[in-house]
Amino acid sequence: MTEMLNQYAPIVGSNVIDHLRQLAEPLKGMKVMHVNSTREGGGVAEILHRLIPLKQELGLKAGWEIVAGDSQFYQCTKMMHNTLQGNRSAISSELLNHYEAVNCENYERLRQQLEEADIVFIHDPQPAPLLKYCRSRKGKWIWRCHIDASRPFRQVWKYLKNLVMDYDASIYSLPAFAQPMPHPLYIIPPSIDPLSDKNVALDADEIQGVCRGYGLDPERPIISQISRFDRFKDPVGVIRAYRMAKAFGPPLQLVLAGGTASDDPEGEEVLAEVNAAAKDDPDIHVLLLPPDAHRTINALQRLSTIVIQKSIKEGFGLTVTEALWKGRPVIGGDAGGIRLQVVNHQTGFLVKTAEGAALRIRYLLKHGDRRQEMGETARNFVLENYLLTRHLREYLTLMVAVIRNSSDRIEL
Amino acid sequence: MSGPFAVTDCALIAIATGEKAQNIREMHHQLMRTTDEGVMYYHFWGGLLRPHFVDPEYQNHFAGWAYHDLHDRRLAEKLSIINPAHYSSIEELRQRVIEVFEARMDEDGAASRVEAEHPFFFMRSQIVVFDTRLRVDTPEAFTGLIPDLTLGSLFYHFIDSRRRSPSGGDDFSEWLKGWGGRYQELIDEIKTVDPYFNSLFELRDDLAAIFASHLAAEEQK
Repeated sequence: MTEMLNQYAPIVGSNVIDHLRQLAEPLKGMKVMHVNSTREGGGVAEILHRLIPLKQELGLKAGWEIVAGDSQFYQCTKMMHNTLQGNRSAISSELLNHYEAVNCENYERLRQQLEEADIVFIHDPQPAPLLKYCRSRKGKWIWRCHIDASRPFRQVWKYLKNLVMDYDASIYSLPAFAQPMPHPLYIIPPSIDPLSDKNVALDADEIQGVCRGYGLDPERPIISQISRFDRFKDPVGVIRAYRMAKAFGPPLQLVLAGGTASDDPEGEEVLAEVNAAAKDDPDIHVLLLPPDAHRTINALQRLSTIVIQKSIKEGFGLTVTEALWKGRPVIGGDAGGIRLQVVNHQTGFLVKTAEGAALRIRYLLKHGDRRQEMGETARNFVLENYLLTRHLREYLTLMVAVIRNSSDRIEL
Repeated sequence: MSGPFAVTDCALIAIATGEKAQNIREMHHQLMRTTDEGVMYYHFWGGLLRPHFVDPEYQNHFAGWAYHDLHDRRLAEKLSIINPAHYSSIEELRQRVIEVFEARMDEDGAASRVEAEHPFFFMRSQIVVFDTRLRVDTPEAFTGLIPDLTLGSLFYHFIDSRRRSPSGGDDFSEWLKGWGGRYQELIDEIKTVDPYFNSLFELRDDLAAIFASHLAAEEQK
């Protein structure tokens, strides 16, 4: 029964695993349900794929359901996502009505599980209205916001706030994202799984196979951004930074690799913009990867001399964590959760412009020794702070706290 | 002679209060109205058990904010020297922090209105404490145990103890005192460990080394 958890012991220490087991004791047998809108693509689904089995192994009756919608539903939730991250465009009442109707249908399908659950975690805005339909709920409901909602478009936030204020608690990746609410605002940064295909150690043959397969030259430096094709990730800005850095002489190659999530209708449009910006340069490799290309992404990160994540807005930036875990310094946009992970001159550099990114690319290419030191610091930093075991510990702690009605000190 | 040492563990979860400060004036205003002791505790101590990069220069959150976000080195230096262990209560600590911000406003009125690059977000924490059922009978037995303590246990016995124990010290030293002066040198050396400027991992290594060297010397006597 404890096989999966024990696999983490060689990485994080067996005491960390014992700690999780003790913390989970008072939660054994509880029904815990997670609800989001996609099983594939994006950081939320990735985390849930691993967290749920671990919770089950600790004795919790954990389950995961998704709300299913049509293109109009996803159009609405994508707009909601963008406006929470600061875009200023109103969402029509017709779209909002449809969004609620889809949630109502999903509620009918999930009614029994939602009513019986001891704790329900609702991820992001897509399933947020479920609470208002669940009038005879038994358990505690927690809204998990993975988005950088530090400066939301007020009109949309006002609407969403009405849906989430009745939850028992909400969770944010950073304190900056937490909007005042009449319930506790927990702060839990996400994590990566060191044993997943995306992060596990790969042998040299597999890495070189990916290098050859995509026509990359292993003798020349590779910079990469691995991210969904999304304007908030600024892939076109990365191409500009690459061109500016390359103009100073280094024989650079750029990899822009990513997929599109099933709940993201804008992906193809952005990909077309990226392809247009990349044209005529054979050293720019734009790779549209399927959602299960985890080992390919892993290899591309390991092939990279420097990893970039030049986001303008970012919930957390798990691709940053992944790169740091592989000992790669990261040049990151000064946004959201990237700020937590990229510490100037320690684990990489924060930049505000394409010019800033170009400067740091040149610096890191020039100073191989610093790149190495920063890479080592980066890996240790993730080991101590951003692995799945820490994330699981915080979820367990929160569940204990919520069940015990939230005093500051809870003695078990 | 002391009874067995009960190894306790804890886990901590952070909660944003929803309040923030964008400049020194707002910081002062928020500090004046903060009555929740958990807030000061979190920003001086609780953060050690949370994901963070160990700041090579400024450890308490107020000093870090002054340096990194206000770019006010003078204020950061004044705040960085505050040792929370030297205050008998959280309230006394809060007053000291307020005084430092007030002094800075008196020194330079313009500085108090400078907007920080990023706001300071006020936080507090909830701590879940649980008994590991592990008991340690002798100080010698600790030598092999400390490298395997969880960070939660270390935090509970070395950091959290400071607000639980009347002396404001750590649980290890309190327990060692019960052995009648035999371990005074060990207690004195534990006192020299500065929990700031270290991650809890490094703190654990430091304590393990101190226990190992003292208790090996004790055996040779």
